[in-house]
Amino acid sequence: MSKDKEPLQLGSSGDTLREAFGRAMTELAATDERIVVLDADVAGGTGMHHFRKAYPDRFIQCGIAEQNMVAMAGGLAAVGLIPIVTTFAVFALRAVEQARLSIAYTKRNVKIVASHPGLDVGPDGASAQCLEDLAAFRGIPGMTVLSAADPIEAGKAARTIVDFEGPVYLRTGRSPAPTVFGDDHVMQVGKGTQVIDGSDVTLIACGVEVARAVQAANLLREDGISARVINMASIKPVDRELIERAARETGAIVTAEDHNVHGGLGGAVAECLTETYPCPQEFIAVMDTFGKSGEPDELAERFHLTAPYIAEAAKRAIARKEGLK
Amino acid sequence: MNQSAIETLAETIRRYSLVSIHAAKSGHPGGALSCADVLAVIYGGELGPQGDEVPESERHRFIMSKGHACPALYAAWAATDLLDPSELTTLRHLEGRLEGHPHVGATPLAETSTGSLGQGMSVACGMALGARMKGWKTRVYVLLGDGELQEGEVWEALMFAAHHKLSNLCAVIDYNKLQSDDFNANIMGLEPLAEKLSAFGWNVIEIDGHDVGAIADAFDAYRGESERPTIVVAHTNKGQGVSFMAGKPNWHGSLLLTAEDLARSLVDLGVAEEETAAWIDGSLFERSAP
Repeated sequence: MSKDKEPLQLGSSGDTLREAFGRAMTELAATDERIVVLDADVAGGTGMHHFRKAYPDRFIQCGIAEQNMVAMAGGLAAVGLIPIVTTFAVFALRAVEQARLSIAYTKRNVKIVASHPGLDVGPDGASAQCLEDLAAFRGIPGMTVLSAADPIEAGKAARTIVDFEGPVYLRTGRSPAPTVFGDDHVMQVGKGTQVIDGSDVTLIACGVEVARAVQAANLLREDGISARVINMASIKPVDRELIERAARETGAIVTAEDHNVHGGLGGAVAECLTETYPCPQEFIAVMDTFGKSGEPDELAERFHLTAPYIAEAAKRAIARKEGLK
Repeated sequence: MNQSAIETLAETIRRYSLVSIHAAKSGHPGGALSCADVLAVIYGGELGPQGDEVPESERHRFIMSKGHACPALYAAWAATDLLDPSELTTLRHLEGRLEGHPHVGATPLAETSTGSLGQGMSVACGMALGARMKGWKTRVYVLLGDGELQEGEVWEALMFAAHHKLSNLCAVIDYNKLQSDDFNANIMGLEPLAEKLSAFGWNVIEIDGHDVGAIADAFDAYRGESERPTIVVAHTNKGQGVSFMAGKPNWHGSLLLTAEDLARSLVDLGVAEEETAAWIDGSLFERSAP
């Protein structure tokens, strides 16, 4: 709870998911005294510098020590506070076991909010580009896993996670991101959002891939293909009803995520399809490899996460659907 | 509770621990025996009233960070009327509440869930800081093993507690010099331990961890500290009280405690030979159950 002079700020320009979340959580804290924020010396980057400035007495500096920070959050929750644990996704990964034992097993009302997920991290390279967090946190019993798609949704997420009782892992984002939603957007645990209606194929995306899926749907429309786009912000629990309906009504699915192909959104959707309405699914994700330095859009191109790749995957899924007839 | 009553309580904790470990057919006797005196002082009065009826803001908290020694924790509860002693023989049973490592979801008295070393220390920091932020006068106690100090997380927590001046936090190290496979000194040496802890900014108190008077004095000193967190380095013997276990790494947890072993142990712990059978088959608990 440092009351020191405000240090040099990083990440304070541009409309990013992390900044939007940081502002929204700071605003929310005015009406809820239970909210405290934990930081591991990256508040300038996570957007929580807003909170640090507004509520120095409720801002808990943990130093560069994420394992202690995450387990300690369990202790803060045990006395009735709502700890918002903030760090970069790759450093949250370092404390997965602490999240498992001291937060999830103990059913503590702790929110882990990770900025800097995926290739969206950009120039810092593979060591900082967390491609495994959705899989790791999804594997913990009782852990809710969310990923915001744009600055609007990242802002809404502040209220969503505080209103929800129980442990949550939330991805925000590092880079300036296009806006997908209007101010009336609602983010709910367990619910996805249909962004565009369509009948030939459904593109189910999360995080920065939602805007790319919308672009892909526009490309497909030029080719006479009607693509539905769903933002699946709730990766666990996933919106099974929305996925099953998309499978029944369009018969072909593409999942798109800035994450490793194993264990993230694609895996969650595949698990659901297998149990409800099996249909062809194509995966847009990082193909079980590490990233590298580069600008986010260059990396998305290099690792085949951009709209044209999503559109190609949609055509493959549709061809497989036709082959089944 | 006077000193003699605390010593009797410690003896009961030792007996109960071994009876439950025998019934479970697995568990960690050595480290349960070494911390029995510390637990006797804590549950014999230092911790104050426990349970649901005590308001959250007034309840002091104890966390068993060395969760594998929980038979001693359950024994301490049973010996202080927080748990029905007949439940001790359900340790590690599928239908029981007494998990192989403490779980707050099964037994709220545990305060948190432990077993993965280092985490109880961090959770204790969170409780101590959170209680202070809420304006509570809560004291938080946490018991660590010596091998546990090899976890980096403990040193993160040591830095945190000193930096944030958590004077309401008291850690106790059950320094029995032995860990799972061998002596600390052969696995990863800890010395000079007191100097390290002192350099980390803690109020360090070094005592004989089997001297209940010294343990009580250490807690008195802790309660008088207003700036620094306190850490009690309690020098103990693994397997204390049972002649054939004392100082033997194997009794950390890898040996089955047979009925014969238990009978010998109970005699070492002051049970008359003709009464050991009633302890071993649990009939003693049934007689004493309310």
